[in-house]
Amino acid sequence: MAEYQNIFTRVQVVAPSYPGIALDRGNNEREGPALHMHLLGRLGDAQIGPIYLGWFGLASALCMFIAIEIIGLNMLASVDWNPVQFIRQLPWLALEPPSPAMGLKLFPPLNEGGWWLMAGFFMTSSVLLWWVRMYRRARALGMGTHVAWAFAAAIWLMLVLGFIRPLLMGSWGEAVPFGIFPHLDWTAAFSIRYGNLFYNPFHMLSIAFLYGSTLLFAMHGATILAVSRFGGEREIEQIVDRGTASERAALFWRWCMGFNATMESIHRWGWWFAVLCPLVGGIGILLTGTVVDNWYLWAVKHHVAPIYPAVFAPVVDPATLLLQGVKP
Amino acid sequence: MAMLSFERKYRVRGGTLTGGDLFDFWVGPFYVGFFGVTTAFFSLVGTLLIVWGASQGPTWNLWQINIAPPDLKYGLGMAPLMEGGLWQVITVCATGAFISWALRQVEICRKLGIGYHVPFAFSFAILAYVTLVIVRPVLMGAWGHGFPYGIMSHLDWVSNTGYQYLHFHYNPAHMLAVSFFFATVFALSLHGALILSSTNPAKGETVKTAEHENTFFRDTIGYSIGTLGIHRLGLFLALSAAFWSAVCIVISGPFWTRGWPEWWSWWLNLPVWR
Repeated sequence: MAEYQNIFTRVQVVAPSYPGIALDRGNNEREGPALHMHLLGRLGDAQIGPIYLGWFGLASALCMFIAIEIIGLNMLASVDWNPVQFIRQLPWLALEPPSPAMGLKLFPPLNEGGWWLMAGFFMTSSVLLWWVRMYRRARALGMGTHVAWAFAAAIWLMLVLGFIRPLLMGSWGEAVPFGIFPHLDWTAAFSIRYGNLFYNPFHMLSIAFLYGSTLLFAMHGATILAVSRFGGEREIEQIVDRGTASERAALFWRWCMGFNATMESIHRWGWWFAVLCPLVGGIGILLTGTVVDNWYLWAVKHHVAPIYPAVFAPVVDPATLLLQGVKP
Repeated sequence: MAMLSFERKYRVRGGTLTGGDLFDFWVGPFYVGFFGVTTAFFSLVGTLLIVWGASQGPTWNLWQINIAPPDLKYGLGMAPLMEGGLWQVITVCATGAFISWALRQVEICRKLGIGYHVPFAFSFAILAYVTLVIVRPVLMGAWGHGFPYGIMSHLDWVSNTGYQYLHFHYNPAHMLAVSFFFATVFALSLHGALILSSTNPAKGETVKTAEHENTFFRDTIGYSIGTLGIHRLGLFLALSAAFWSAVCIVISGPFWTRGWPEWWSWWLNLPVWR
């Protein structure tokens, strides 16, 4: 039975590399020659490359290289340039944003957040340049720009976390540090500081879209593989000229849950679920601290959460105390 | 009738797991089958019990309705109905309904002559649920370790359970699960967008081909996994997310009882650099 489930490609056709759809004048030549890897072909397509090297892609790669260099060298400096300790402590190492006392200062001292601002600047430049590349490559092939706009949703979340919300809060110190455990610490501290993000309705929606996307891709991937014996993976052909693969895929869900998507609409469902996950997540982050100070109290006020009995004696919110070096 | 224009020729007898043609018919668009009946039974009983439990509780507020598991003192025994017994019966109903649903999917696959990928995938979701409410409570010795059935109450359970291990983000399996969830959403956005951008091309252009799909991703990132491969990859990512979610909670308690940040000390103490 297992050999009919099409988990791996068992017979590979070896053919010359496909050079790609011809590009109009004004585009560069693609960089080749393409490689072929047999093992890759077991799972997907065996061909690697050719790749298009445009100016936006090059500039983006350069900016990302600079950002990673800044982050990496700062981390290396923090362990006194000891390469062994760098690997050992890497998950704990951080490049932190400026302290709250710096506010929105554009050029804080390098070792007090200046490097963080610079790394953030180059990372953001890299991502925005990459967005332009995705847009232009789609247009060069005469395709729609859906990939670029989905990417824009992710960029929105990144900008909210590292730029827009810190601007509104008046301090770069509100932004996320670079680092593996440090960004997890930031996330947990952020949630606790604002009364538990689980009570934030936009966080709820974002998680629902996160799980929903996973559910949809499991359903879609499984359905297409299940009808791949009828050529179901040729989705564009199935969209413009429905075949038995589409019909069986649709009937499976119709008989199962009384409703089915079409070969095209399942991709609209997927696109929207995936896009809405960072989109509403970004809204939830943006409202936190700027509009809502405590999501638990917000939820109680709007009859979402019950009032829990106070188990511990009340403590003073440290944010209300005028500590030295902390802006009110 | 609730039949699609091409549907009649696909509605054939047989392919059932129980044999014979017991319940081998459709109601509206739904296929029934033996496991459709058991699904309906379990889900109806379970839902009614939740509604009845809500009626005995303090609120009809949809966010705050809560069916709690038994107190820890009942261990792995049966609890009185209003002290968690209801939760136990609902758990049995939910598990029964989920498994029935998966078996019904198998029967539909057999009728349509397609692969079993969907019920196989769904079984990972069942695994995650069963891990949360049966496997982990059994390993920890009390049904009270299951999560409560309610919108806000299950969020509180997740929050509290996470903080019992100090900082759940440091759980390595949780890291994997979250990474797989994010990767799945990322891959889904790319796949959905690629198909939509091919079938909804720039103004004045004709619908594109799989060659355009491949060329777009080779041009931009140097590799295109292909039309078949993306569905294998998507399924793998999604199932990995569910699998590691189940792992991350089942190791919390039965395997590791302290804070998860502390678990990482083995890395700092590796003999190569200690």
